[in-house]
Amino acid sequence: MLEIRNLHVAVDGNEILKGVDLKVGAGEVHSLMGPNGSGKSTLAQVLAGRETYEVTDGEVLFNGKDLLDLSPDERACEGVFMAFQYPVEIPGVTTNYFLRAALNAIRKYRGEDELDAFDFIEFVKEKARVVAIDNSLLQRAVNDGFSGGEKKRNEIFQMAVLEPKLAILDETDSGLDIDALKIVAEGVNKLRAPDRAIILITHYQRLLNYIVPDAVHVLVDGRIAKSGGKELALELETDGYTKIAGQRAAVETEKV
Amino acid sequence: MVGLKDISDTYRSHLARVEKSDAGDAFRWLHPLREAAFARFCELGFPSVRDEEWRFTNTAPIANTAFAPAPSGEGVDADQVAPFTLREPGAHRIVFVNGRFVPALSAAGSLPGGVILGGLCDAAREHRLIVEAHLGQYATIENHAFSALNTAMLEDGAFVYVPKGTVVDAPIHLLFLSVADAAPWVAHPRNLIVTETSSQATIVETYAALDGGVQFTNAVTEIVAGENTVIDHYRVGCESTEAFHVGALHLHLRRSSTLTSHSIIFGGALVRNDIHANLAEEDCECTLNGLYMIEGTQHVDNHLVIDHAKPHCRSWEYFKGILDGKSRGVFSGRINVHENAQKTDAKQTNMSLLLSDHAQVQSKPQLEIFADDVKCTHGATIGQLDDEAVFYLRSRGIKREDARSLLTFAFAGENLNKIRVASLRAQLEQHVRIKLSP
Repeated sequence: MLEIRNLHVAVDGNEILKGVDLKVGAGEVHSLMGPNGSGKSTLAQVLAGRETYEVTDGEVLFNGKDLLDLSPDERACEGVFMAFQYPVEIPGVTTNYFLRAALNAIRKYRGEDELDAFDFIEFVKEKARVVAIDNSLLQRAVNDGFSGGEKKRNEIFQMAVLEPKLAILDETDSGLDIDALKIVAEGVNKLRAPDRAIILITHYQRLLNYIVPDAVHVLVDGRIAKSGGKELALELETDGYTKIAGQRAAVETEKV
Repeated sequence: MVGLKDISDTYRSHLARVEKSDAGDAFRWLHPLREAAFARFCELGFPSVRDEEWRFTNTAPIANTAFAPAPSGEGVDADQVAPFTLREPGAHRIVFVNGRFVPALSAAGSLPGGVILGGLCDAAREHRLIVEAHLGQYATIENHAFSALNTAMLEDGAFVYVPKGTVVDAPIHLLFLSVADAAPWVAHPRNLIVTETSSQATIVETYAALDGGVQFTNAVTEIVAGENTVIDHYRVGCESTEAFHVGALHLHLRRSSTLTSHSIIFGGALVRNDIHANLAEEDCECTLNGLYMIEGTQHVDNHLVIDHAKPHCRSWEYFKGILDGKSRGVFSGRINVHENAQKTDAKQTNMSLLLSDHAQVQSKPQLEIFADDVKCTHGATIGQLDDEAVFYLRSRGIKREDARSLLTFAFAGENLNKIRVASLRAQLEQHVRIKLSP
């Protein structure tokens, strides 16, 4: 479903991603871990289409299409969804209005009929129930005055409504209490399907107690330093990132 | 450049015509004030950018145009008026074409006993005592050339009188329509709204053009909010993008009155919106909301002065502008807190959204405080659409242009939501949506 080949990305001339290779197949859940500053969020932003990042080399294929050639809205319409690490507050736009505009934009792109206000509200209330979100949230302005936890849950709610093919969760688990974390995990688990892929970007192993990944990758200094099964996450929890970072540095030195 | 003498001569001929007209006859008792106002106008001339109060608004296009007095605008029919009417059940409507009251197009409907709604010229004869007691008492001719000119040229406008203890449920709509003529024309509508103790009314003033063309509307509205009244007032400007509009709104608030006035401006090549609120007695509350949305080379100048003359009064100003193209916006907000106006609570907010790199805004708050126990704050922001918010919307599938429209509408919406006349709010929302559609 997603194939990243030798991806190099720079911001203001500083290279952040230095050749990332990653393959995520349909139906799979991959966890991308790594220390602060390793480039995890940069990868998520690049996949979502943030224009401030410059792709200097490499390619990204999404269901065979060149993802980097698409605008952020086209990517969303193709089925890419990123849950933001820091969701944006949009005063004056209700969540209901925003989500209907988004869903209908995607449906229109796919040649499907747009949902009217009545059909939409039925659809969205069911989704709200699934992620344990109060219906009153629909009438509130998007993320406006929300707590950190509410914002993260709202991201999962949006994901449930938009039903993406590829969901990238950028540290959605950070800062959540255990109840909120379980709700987020449940939302993700419900989305798991043979035709969907999920990338969980996380700093901590805790989320993986509730979502069992098919693969775990460790990003260090702009490259994937190690890949493995779900046990790799536990290993990291015990040993920290320094060990892997050390191994990597050793490899680098040998190359030189 | 037209000299001051030429301007004076032009308008002197207009004045001679007014004096000989039916209005000249109806307002014969006003003659001394007319003369004084005209003399003052001749002394002042049209303001220049050297005048601090007009620093960012150049009135030369008005001074340099030879305007003829507004033609009668006969032949406008009900179908032409229909799109501009308020679709509010029971609304009371009076219509003016080119500044003159047209009873045939009006539908005052059923009003509570004692309420007067009609043309000011008629009222000058039929209700002279009320008109004489208030007309020209609040709109000063001393320092404002346009108000002086309006007073000198006064012919007609709306007259609203709400007696003591009377509640007018449905909105009163004062609809001013302009019809183009071969030559540029000028009209000086003059409105007087007087509300007595414990009354309540909603008044919507609309200025709209039936077609394009160069017109100059120099309007003055005086509103007296009697003791313990609740007045909701709206001023909507949808004139042609070639039109000039100078509007002065003078609000006089008496004890424990609550007055809200909304200014919504979409049209006009050059618009100056002067609002002077005098919180003349204790415990008044005055809210001034404003929204303008302009493009091309439009210029809108909102110029607000609030006088807190007595203790325990509150004033809230919330003005927003949306500017595209090479348009120019000006906001000047002065709050004067007089010496004994203790416990004044005043807040002023001015927010501008620039949609293009070539639009410009000047925002000038001025607080003059002579009392020591007051709360007075102001804030101004000028910015562009938030890139983060645009990206967020796009990442959910919404196209860039649609995301920008949605965010711009939200910016306007915060202000439109303050409009309490549902049909007016719906009409204005629709107007904003049309302006935002690509």
